[in-house]
Amino acid sequence: MAEIVPGQPLAYVKGQGNVPAPSLMDQAMAGKLPGVITASKDQLFALARKSSLWTLSFGLACCAIEMISTYMADHDFDRFGVVTWPSPRQADVMIVAGTVVKKMADPIRLLYEQMPDPKWVIAMGSCATNGGPYYRSYSVVMGVDHIIPVDVYVPGCPPRPEALLYGILELQKKIMLDAKQSGGK
Amino acid sequence: MLARAQTVLADFHPQPGALGDLPQLTVNAASIAKVCLRARNDPRLDLKMLHCLAAVDYKDHFQVVYFLHSLTQEGTLAIKADVPAATPSLPSVTSVWAAADWYEREAHDLFGIGFDGHPNMSPLLLYEGFEGYPGRKEFPFNDYQEF
Repeated sequence: MAEIVPGQPLAYVKGQGNVPAPSLMDQAMAGKLPGVITASKDQLFALARKSSLWTLSFGLACCAIEMISTYMADHDFDRFGVVTWPSPRQADVMIVAGTVVKKMADPIRLLYEQMPDPKWVIAMGSCATNGGPYYRSYSVVMGVDHIIPVDVYVPGCPPRPEALLYGILELQKKIMLDAKQSGGK
Repeated sequence: MLARAQTVLADFHPQPGALGDLPQLTVNAASIAKVCLRARNDPRLDLKMLHCLAAVDYKDHFQVVYFLHSLTQEGTLAIKADVPAATPSLPSVTSVWAAADWYEREAHDLFGIGFDGHPNMSPLLLYEGFEGYPGRKEFPFNDYQEF
């Protein structure tokens, strides 16, 4: 029988007397735990992966400001398990936020190759998608997909934080779908 | 600032005109470093700050424009120097203001103007191996070089 702590709410149970009252969490989960989930290994892994996407903090231009505000309290990327990480070695997602100039192309490819598999890329904004306002410029790469493979394109100049959130949700869907279609081991 | 410039640098005839009514003067490209040193060291001008260095392509020649600012005398002065299009080159002012370093590298990247005596003239904005000078009028506008 549980110990009674002074100050804790009590409940009267017939035959037991006063006992500690069940917490709200206990009431909510009554009869629901434990449960058993069966799924293929790939899908379970994908579930874990999509729920903790660590993004490489990687701002190139004004889109970075929108990306930063997406991480902040108003939009709160963290509720989807998206955490910004300053190293490519532990990152899962690279959000290419901004204009990719040709001088930056080699460092971007290097950072992408340093990321461990599985890894995904989000091209944020029109510059990273196809060059945007700098289309056919002398110094800007016409889309980051010229140098690394891209999974999700987020349009906008710059995209609103909601658009980037939607891009992450689409990426999560894609991760689950990829696991489902990979053969289901 | 115009009156002071007219007394200190009288031999260059400063006139209002740059960016509206800022005092400006035109100097020979070969003597730019000496004039800049005078403008910086003279206490009546005290132009300790180079806040912009611009290059302009006039097709038959280039013009390099130095915008100088004085925090104590509270004024701005523009110095212009013409360089020929065939051999665009003039002395560096990095010995006068260290801030000129990156401005001159940028002007060299985009316009191909040489600055004699610059410590490190490697590309600042463009990647190594870029062909042409994109700031010039003759540079093709939509000539995309595949990377």
